[in-house]
Amino acid sequence: MSETLPPPPLSGSGEPLLPDHSPPAGESNATAVAAPATSTAPAAEGVSQAGEMRPMTPPLRLALSTFAENKLAVASAVVLLLIVAFCFAGPLIYHTNQTASSLITANLPPRAQFPLGTTPNGRDELGRLMVGGQSTLEVGFAVAIFATAFGLVWGLVAGYFGGFADAVLMRIVDAMLSIPFLFFVVLLASLITPNLILIILVITSVSWLSTARLVRGEALSLRTRDYVHAAEAFGARPPRILFRHITPNLLGVVVVNGTLKVADSILLFASIGYLGLSVPPPATSWGVILTAGINNLFDGYWWQLWPAGFLIVITVLAFAVLGDGLRDVVERRLQKR
Amino acid sequence: MTGYLVRRFLQAVLVTVIVSIIVFLLLHALPGGLVRAQLGPRATQAEVHNLQVQEGLTKPIPVQYLIWAWHALQGNLGYSYKMNQSVGSLLARFLPRTLLLVGSAMVLAVAIAIPMGLWQGKRRNRIDDHVLTGTMMALYSMPSFLLGVVLIVLLNLDIRLFPSTAQNFGTSVPVDIADLVLPVLTLCLGNVTYFSRYMRSATIDNLLEDYVRAAYAKGASSNRVLFHHVLRNSLTSTVTLLGLTLPYVLSGSLIIEALFDFPGAGLLFWNAAQTRDYPILLGVVLVVTVATIIGNFAADLAYSVLDPRVRYT
Repeated sequence: MSETLPPPPLSGSGEPLLPDHSPPAGESNATAVAAPATSTAPAAEGVSQAGEMRPMTPPLRLALSTFAENKLAVASAVVLLLIVAFCFAGPLIYHTNQTASSLITANLPPRAQFPLGTTPNGRDELGRLMVGGQSTLEVGFAVAIFATAFGLVWGLVAGYFGGFADAVLMRIVDAMLSIPFLFFVVLLASLITPNLILIILVITSVSWLSTARLVRGEALSLRTRDYVHAAEAFGARPPRILFRHITPNLLGVVVVNGTLKVADSILLFASIGYLGLSVPPPATSWGVILTAGINNLFDGYWWQLWPAGFLIVITVLAFAVLGDGLRDVVERRLQKR
Repeated sequence: MTGYLVRRFLQAVLVTVIVSIIVFLLLHALPGGLVRAQLGPRATQAEVHNLQVQEGLTKPIPVQYLIWAWHALQGNLGYSYKMNQSVGSLLARFLPRTLLLVGSAMVLAVAIAIPMGLWQGKRRNRIDDHVLTGTMMALYSMPSFLLGVVLIVLLNLDIRLFPSTAQNFGTSVPVDIADLVLPVLTLCLGNVTYFSRYMRSATIDNLLEDYVRAAYAKGASSNRVLFHHVLRNSLTSTVTLLGLTLPYVLSGSLIIEALFDFPGAGLLFWNAAQTRDYPILLGVVLVVTVATIIGNFAADLAYSVLDPRVRYT
């Protein structure tokens, strides 16, 4: 089926770039990845070959223009920059005392001195959200990076070597995936004093599993490519094949996955914050701020609830949309290959 | 087919064993240990040692594991000194409620997601598809406890329709049903997102397949193609997803039960964690995990029924 489809439009031709906007005769997102992957398999480095046959946009410009076509993705990138600025640059401009608690100013509604009211401990809510955002974003990014790195190596080894190694490595992943994760989090929360590093490790311990599965599947198909066989024939050792030849070809998929992983980690961090596992005070997280708001739900302290909820939702949403936009870029790149 | 089932079953057993070892080691590797938690910080060394001998904690770890596993196989999951009941009897009371909560939420989620995904796949990139996708994205972006709070505010505080806590669960059937509404709805809405997303892309993929073109060529109506041909082929991936999401849904039930005070296995576990009631913690994690593995196995069975290609290989 895939062979009969017309080649995808070039970026310069004025045709819409996104698969979503292509005419009904076009291909769905899923087939768009598969089609070029099979048809260009014999051409080792398809990019240079295609470049001789028809004018090519430089890869980076192509990627940027594909990304820029997706207005929502661009908007979410802007939103994310604003949120990062709010959390990390905000406290430099907007000074609040986030260490001392004061019961005199507890649970005050918004007013000139406290634009978003105060927390149950009498701290400024707006400043609190900035502090909470710092740990939330740090966890999100750190988990995405660690989980991606670990899952990448695990999946590469399983997929490339196959056989017994694959069976053992993937059964471990299966076993860990069938453990209801939050039950362990609650257990940990009751036993240890958590800190940022530990929380990152805990969330990473579950986050890398899906990456490992994804990478293993990709590596399984990539290892049969001619350029891998060629490298093997030249006597390249497995580490070189894995990281010089296979990894660059699945980097796009992994980056998209990593972006979505940031969103998932932020959600998970919020959830475990609700269950009592979070950074020790005076640091805080959006999940913990939100939990305090929920505990005061029936008192009508809306300023303790909705701003934190809004920040979580908008950040997760932005990362998810950004991941979607990046996926378009990657699929476009795969089509060119 | 039999070979596949046997292999799949052995795999499930193997995973269960691995998980039980992980659980066992985790609990024994934790600081403080079982005896300290039971006797408190002021117990003397001799008292600690006596209880360790009595509980068999001085034996080598592998032996301890085998004893524990043997007892667990016979349904003896230990005794909770804090609740003064056996873990088995506690679970017999609390686990069915959690299964009811999770089961209703999953059934409802699938019942919503399948028609919705089909519809969205059929009407891809139209305005209604975009609206639904946007709504689902917003639901996905909410932590489940925030979603629960939104529902409490809308359906409890604003129009006083359903109770926001399920403390009275188990008193009478009408009370139970009313108590279940908000927890089930929260858990369900959080999962509709995943299912409908999968269903949508499966539908889109299947609509491009040759058999759809053949069905149209035979003169089948658009509805017949959608509900007769595409539905069955799209269902297969959703069924697998159902098995895979089970651990997440069970995890989710922990939060939902804590939020709504729903007296199920999650709340039992939550309270046990506050009091460091190890036998309960160990028992609940094990039982919940085994439930997940059984669920996964059932999903694979259903998959092989739905997809003949699995059955005949």
